[in-house]
Amino acid sequence: MGLRYVIVGAGVAGIAAAESLRTREPSASVTVVTDDPAGFYSRPGLAYYLSGLIPETQLFPRSPAELRALGLTWVQARANQLDPYAHRLILADGQTLAYDKLLLATGARAALPDFPGSELDGIVTLDSLADTRSIVRRARQGLQAVVVGGGITALEIAEGLNARGCRVHYMLRGARYWANVLDPDESQLVEDHLRATGIILHHHSQIREAIGKRGRLIAVETMAGERIPCALLAVAIGTHPRLDLAQSGRLKLDRGILTDAYLKTSAEDVLAAGDVAQVYNEVTGKATLDTLWATARAHGEAAAATMAGIPTPYRRTVAQNVTLLAGIPTTIIGSVGSGEDADLVAIARGDSETWRMAGSAWVVVDPHPVNRLRLMLGEQTLKGALVMGDQTLSRPLQRLIAANADLTPIRQALLADKSAIAHLIMSFYAEWEQSHADKR
Amino acid sequence: MAFVARSLTLDLIRAEVLATGQVVADSVRCVQCGVCSYNCPIGLDVRAYVWCNAAIEDPRCLTCGQCIARCPRGVLRFAPTDHSRA
Repeated sequence: MGLRYVIVGAGVAGIAAAESLRTREPSASVTVVTDDPAGFYSRPGLAYYLSGLIPETQLFPRSPAELRALGLTWVQARANQLDPYAHRLILADGQTLAYDKLLLATGARAALPDFPGSELDGIVTLDSLADTRSIVRRARQGLQAVVVGGGITALEIAEGLNARGCRVHYMLRGARYWANVLDPDESQLVEDHLRATGIILHHHSQIREAIGKRGRLIAVETMAGERIPCALLAVAIGTHPRLDLAQSGRLKLDRGILTDAYLKTSAEDVLAAGDVAQVYNEVTGKATLDTLWATARAHGEAAAATMAGIPTPYRRTVAQNVTLLAGIPTTIIGSVGSGEDADLVAIARGDSETWRMAGSAWVVVDPHPVNRLRLMLGEQTLKGALVMGDQTLSRPLQRLIAANADLTPIRQALLADKSAIAHLIMSFYAEWEQSHADKR
Repeated sequence: MAFVARSLTLDLIRAEVLATGQVVADSVRCVQCGVCSYNCPIGLDVRAYVWCNAAIEDPRCLTCGQCIARCPRGVLRFAPTDHSRA
């Protein structure tokens, strides 16, 4: 009999692992346990469903027939307890599930607000398909809505509600949007675009209390005493890894489940992947969280190889995300910022802790009014880059940063002439790629 | 007549693109949202190619560029086909 593989979580980390295990071991038993009745869908795609860019049916990358063809056993249940010594899980209905190798890919959940009235009907987060359905159901033309929080998700909700005709107030605790990743000019670009679409921004604004009537939200009151009537309040202040199951098995935890470079946890035959995994980086000596789709998929594939008996470290690549910030295509690569963001109590979705490890770097900015480019220049290499607008340079920069390419030949020129940055990078990249290809 | 002449030029450009170009993916940017597949005028599942980091090799692909233009994350682009490079 083949090994019994069990995966908890049906997000991209879990599915990537399941597919990889099936390819490696066609006859093994692979069970996926999930408490989300919707199964596997594109969580980042929820924003596009909310804004009306795609219908709900488009969110599912695998058809039911494709999933059946994988020959997985699906268990729709919440896994309540882990007993790593007995190698078994206990599900919410009391059923026991034995495993030989277990992958915890339980993801992260939205941090909840703590102001008075936060239990009122009408206060929502954007975690799952069910959450999005609920927001879509409530959002209607002319409805007054308030959004609080930071990072990509808060912006996506504000834009989605706006696209559905709601009158949106976006409240920021600090002086500007996403202050620990974007620079002041980049925040300004985003905020200008938000205003142009009709979203009302409130800076230095914090909710004191959500006010309800018969259990339903009717307004929020700010610390400054302002009262904004609203029937919907969306909160996106960060996410917390779902640690309950790992806690029940007494696994070593920090902010997430601590793993080595092979994604192995402190318990034998238990691995972790995706948003829940806080993975040790052998180069920096630190264990970090990422909430990026590509990282979660790479975790899942590496974990599957290790589970199948071929120890494979997660090959950490440069953390990158590509997103629309208020309609502006934006790529964030490597280390670009530092410090805290007053609007987030924990890591947001689509984020990487490594983005805020910029340390000392020369900041070089191409001051183009629309297509903005910011480079974080180290002694010899690029540490990070942020590309807004025209994305021609994002792929070259991604490759140069990932390869730690030596930029010494153009370093002085980059520092000297900011208007020539794009040209300098492109010509350098063309030559670099050629020599790189020659060496392969 | 001018309109006809222009159409002919566009047809020739399209024929050249079909012969020498294809849509390729940078799958590390993709979040499988499906906007590409949703906007494909002939219903190709572009997203499935991207998951495998493969070029859109379906002979029915019109190389119309809808998937490239609509992708919110810049995953797709035109590139010369392997055949045209050889």
